[in-house]
Amino acid sequence: MRVGDMIGILVKAFVVGGLICCVGQTLLMFTRLSSARILVLFVVSGVVLTALGVYKPLVDFAGAGATVPLLGFGYSLASGAISAVQTEGFFGAFTGGIVRTAAGISAAVLFGFLNALIFKPHAKR
Amino acid sequence: MNQTLFFKNRIAVRSRASMVGPKEGKGPLAEYFDVIMPDDLLGKPSWEQAESEMVRRTVLMCAEKGGLPAESISVVLAGDLLNQLMSSGFAARELGTPFFGLYGACSTFVEGLVLGSVLIDGGYRENAVCAASSHFCTAERQFRFPLELGTQRPPAAQWTATAAGAMLLDARKENAPAYVTHGTIGRVIDYQITDASHMGAAMAPAVADTIMAHFQDTKRDFRDYDLIATGDLGWIGRNLLKELLIQRGVKVDDEKLFDCGANLFYQEQDPHAGGSGCGCVASVTCGYLMKLMEQRDVRRLLVVGSGAMLSTTSQQQGESIPGIAYAACLEGE
Amino acid sequence: MQNKREQKKYRQYDQLVKRLTPGSNYLQGYVRAFWVGGLICVIGQLISIAGEEWLGMTDASASMLTSVVLIFLGTTLTGLGVYDDIGRYAGAGSIVPITGFANSIASPAIEFRREGLVLGVGAKLFAISGPVLVYGIVSSIAVGIIYWLAGRIF
Repeated sequence: MRVGDMIGILVKAFVVGGLICCVGQTLLMFTRLSSARILVLFVVSGVVLTALGVYKPLVDFAGAGATVPLLGFGYSLASGAISAVQTEGFFGAFTGGIVRTAAGISAAVLFGFLNALIFKPHAKR
Repeated sequence: MNQTLFFKNRIAVRSRASMVGPKEGKGPLAEYFDVIMPDDLLGKPSWEQAESEMVRRTVLMCAEKGGLPAESISVVLAGDLLNQLMSSGFAARELGTPFFGLYGACSTFVEGLVLGSVLIDGGYRENAVCAASSHFCTAERQFRFPLELGTQRPPAAQWTATAAGAMLLDARKENAPAYVTHGTIGRVIDYQITDASHMGAAMAPAVADTIMAHFQDTKRDFRDYDLIATGDLGWIGRNLLKELLIQRGVKVDDEKLFDCGANLFYQEQDPHAGGSGCGCVASVTCGYLMKLMEQRDVRRLLVVGSGAMLSTTSQQQGESIPGIAYAACLEGE
Repeated sequence: MQNKREQKKYRQYDQLVKRLTPGSNYLQGYVRAFWVGGLICVIGQLISIAGEEWLGMTDASASMLTSVVLIFLGTTLTGLGVYDDIGRYAGAGSIVPITGFANSIASPAIEFRREGLVLGVGAKLFAISGPVLVYGIVSSIAVGIIYWLAGRIF
């Protein structure tokens, strides 16, 4: 990969990812939604935008800028379900999303669990 | 409706003790506290046990300073923010003294002060230790989020103080820096505030209500007091209280209105609107305010503790946040 | 009548509260969320490029690698007690990326360790992120079924 290409890709990821976070910051500052609600809203929005066919172009354009924010988790769930329905039929709706996101979910459970074994909570300063 | 108790005897404040966490120990009132904890755990395995230990040590320190052997404490009135009063109840288990557990959220200390005075004034108890505590880490995980969760707190949010305070009251009528002369019972007031990160706004109407009741019952006003100290409204809540009192026709003397929470931290310590928690008013009263009375800088003090009577369940069910405030009048010789 | 007067009193108080409560520093909030959030995405992109270019991974494997590494970073920074400081600085900049999801799993797990391994860690692991999985999975199944139905009809 040429250096110029790589910088272009990274800049796109930075700008798009940053802007998506600014949408979340708007919710945080103006609506007083707790972070748990913001996360739910982002995942469901990701699913809906993917179903409408809007999110795929953004992923193609911005790469990690679109997949790293939690909208991307919704994108993986929905795109997994859609493609599994096309190859496996009805029950693809039940397997596709989880199969596509299994690595992330398993990693979160494993690392979260190990963390609890290793670390103690810190008092805030 | 008469809400004020006029005590027949003056109830002496025999001694006082206070203990605060490391963050509070770097605040503007640090020099007035008896003990500044080196860390938040006090060598205990959990935050809750640490808070309980704070209550136990503060009560014992207070009795010792008053020259009272621990076994001669005739009643401890204490409370905290945790479910089923875990900190106070488990401290009382260690103390082995007669015990009343009180819940008035952050108003608990003044609630205890009023009830302790009643017990002594009625001749039922010779002395009483009134105490209250709070711990940032225990309150945070019960009411809000795990400590390690990365979130931003809005500007009106307050910082639960890691602090405990205890005061020994008795009936001996001499050589005390201050005497409790009146207590005003609060009413639960709800102005439909639902934002749990804006406690000052939820509690200010209750404080205004109790101060108004106290003024009406005693026919006093701001001129009769050297200082009116509110518990933990924070500086936003303090400004709200001022507006509410002015709206009700009270001539407010801004310099006499002191809020414990607004003065517990420096702004650089990022407490947002100020300190809060049962231990806030308890430690500041037992540390700073009583020092002012001992030095005779303040001769007549009205302490108004305020509490927000919410729970995680009431919040999740969409209830608004009711507030309550108790007031106690302390007078020097 | 009484009720109306009460309602008016509460409305007036609400306005007073709004007037006397300072707002957040909006510009600062956006700037911090933007650069921290953007930076986390750049780190993700670098991991993905590294997977494809150096390790010869497929697209799908590289994206799994990205998630797993970012989640590892998120949980570890949580355990070290750093992620809450980042969160206080960056707000949504560190909540919205997948590292924020990892933080929301690791933080209750660590916090409730003292309540035991089963009912503490095990039960509380999903205390905050559970809803994310519930709504994400439910909505993706709904989308799958809608696509299946659409495929039958057309």
